[in-house]
Amino acid sequence: MNRKLLAFPYIVWAAVFILIPLFMVGYYGLTDKNGNFTMANLASIMTKEHIKALWLSVLLSLISTLICLLLAYPLSMILAQMNVTKTSFIVLIFILPMWMNFLLRTLAWQTLLEKTGVLNSILQFFQLPALEIINTPYAIILGMVYNFLPFMVLPIYNSLIKIDQNVIHAARDLGANSIQTFLKITLPLSAPGIISGITMVFVPALTTFVISNLLGGSKILLIGNVIEQEFTQAGNWHLGSGLSLVLMLFIIFNMVITALFDLEGEGNTL
Amino acid sequence: MKKRLVLILCFSFTAFLLNACGSSSENKEEVIVYNWGEYIDPDTLAMFEKETGIHVIYDEYETNEIMYPRLEAGASAYDVVCPSDYMIQKMIEKDMLSEINFEHIPNAKANIGEQYFIQSREFDPENKYSVPYCWGTVGILYNKTMVSGPIDSWSVLWDPQYTDNILMQDSVRDAFMVALKRKGYSMNTLDSKELEETKNDLIEQKPLAQAYVIDQVRDKMIGNEAAIGVIYSGEAIYTQRENENLEYVIPKEGTNVWIDSWVIPKNAPNKENAEKFIDFMCRPDIALLNFEYITYSTPNEEARKLIEDKEIQNSPIAFPTLSDYDHLETYQYLGEEGEAMYNELWKEVKSN
Repeated sequence: MNRKLLAFPYIVWAAVFILIPLFMVGYYGLTDKNGNFTMANLASIMTKEHIKALWLSVLLSLISTLICLLLAYPLSMILAQMNVTKTSFIVLIFILPMWMNFLLRTLAWQTLLEKTGVLNSILQFFQLPALEIINTPYAIILGMVYNFLPFMVLPIYNSLIKIDQNVIHAARDLGANSIQTFLKITLPLSAPGIISGITMVFVPALTTFVISNLLGGSKILLIGNVIEQEFTQAGNWHLGSGLSLVLMLFIIFNMVITALFDLEGEGNTL
Repeated sequence: MKKRLVLILCFSFTAFLLNACGSSSENKEEVIVYNWGEYIDPDTLAMFEKETGIHVIYDEYETNEIMYPRLEAGASAYDVVCPSDYMIQKMIEKDMLSEINFEHIPNAKANIGEQYFIQSREFDPENKYSVPYCWGTVGILYNKTMVSGPIDSWSVLWDPQYTDNILMQDSVRDAFMVALKRKGYSMNTLDSKELEETKNDLIEQKPLAQAYVIDQVRDKMIGNEAAIGVIYSGEAIYTQRENENLEYVIPKEGTNVWIDSWVIPKNAPNKENAEKFIDFMCRPDIALLNFEYITYSTPNEEARKLIEDKEIQNSPIAFPTLSDYDHLETYQYLGEEGEAMYNELWKEVKSN
């Protein structure tokens, strides 16, 4: 009974902020303006503009996820090998920007990258060619990598420090060189961390609309932007919800893959 | 059975919480205002509260299109809203507005110029539902040091020499207004051939445009980030104060003359307070404070007389003589199908 009492706030929370909104998205997504059932909102993902936006979103978030992985893995290995005091300092440095609002950080990149922005002023001072990536897909990838990198570092780091050093010593004793040890021992044992890192970067990158608005100058339409505009500009909540449902399917698909790879359940580090 | 009980408990608990929040302010007089972002001098709200004892609950929106669904759904009741012309027309057609009793708002007829009420008839034919608050034009803001040749036509926005130096408005109606006016068409057209043609023009323009922006055009132009941008006249005066190289022009092909007016929704819980609020906003001293704060043109003639800076008082940007310009228009509500058509075409432009 006591336990149930403790669960009460979470039930309220889940009902008010998760279940009811989800139900409403489902309701709007599957009805038309007159409240009749329709699949048209879901099917509209196949129109030329929507499929293009979705494809671009998938492409940009895949690239960002890959870059995050390549940056995060070596970093996590370095962190895992350090002593505790140093590690917590470096982890702090990585977490520190997250104390600031996500919007502000992205806006800051806008001022940094602008034509007359901070970076270009510095480059100009040294007579170097200007950086012209603002309002292009490159700026969006930069924004995604910058914002989501910590979500890749932390799960990988967590799975790396869990590896029993004796296993690695055993591999070395049995004659494996460092590359073999890495490929046969470290990498497979850290796979759960990699998988959950990929999910935690890919999902927010796929659905973002703020980064593409601020750093892409609204010139690049991602699926998140399409949905946002259906709500804010076109006032078509039904279509917006329908597309959100399709996007949710994409994410569930991603989760299923994660679950398949992550059968031992070690990836649930966060 | 137990689950159901838990659910019922949850709902009653949240209902109780919401109720508790609501009832605490029930005894106090209040007025709930829903206005554009950065569209009022906050001091005037404090003055209103002090003079009348009516507590102001103030909420903001960024576009007409964000505001509309919230009112339509009726989820939140507002007493005073400040939509633009075509949106007011839409709300009148949908029977969402309540008639304003002008006897309770003596300051409106006394201070606001007759011409603005005449102009309002385009969307409020009998002047029954709206009291003008701000008005203006849409034009081109350019940086004198960054352009060559005259800037007097929408066509400069298609000039390749300004590649990556053009800021377009990130809104359906304004983007199509520019393209339609450039071709000499009406900005309220529903002709699919004209719209298809201008859609292609906008797609052609896209590589030249640096970005599609709404409010950011102000800061970007001040920061010399772009040479030309499409901007609301009210922002132009502000940007000129910050950067003296900027100049505002109404293109020769004509443009949009818009009015944002106070209206009272049908389901307003405090209609009397709403009228008091509108009356207060129509007072010359208050209108002057607001004009100086937001720099959007005021239709309040008495307030204009109080402006000390003669240059601003006679500024052709803030107070253009509309008869000097040709092909001026005001946005009309396009109907649901018309709106859907514009949105569809705009999506094609954006995704291209």
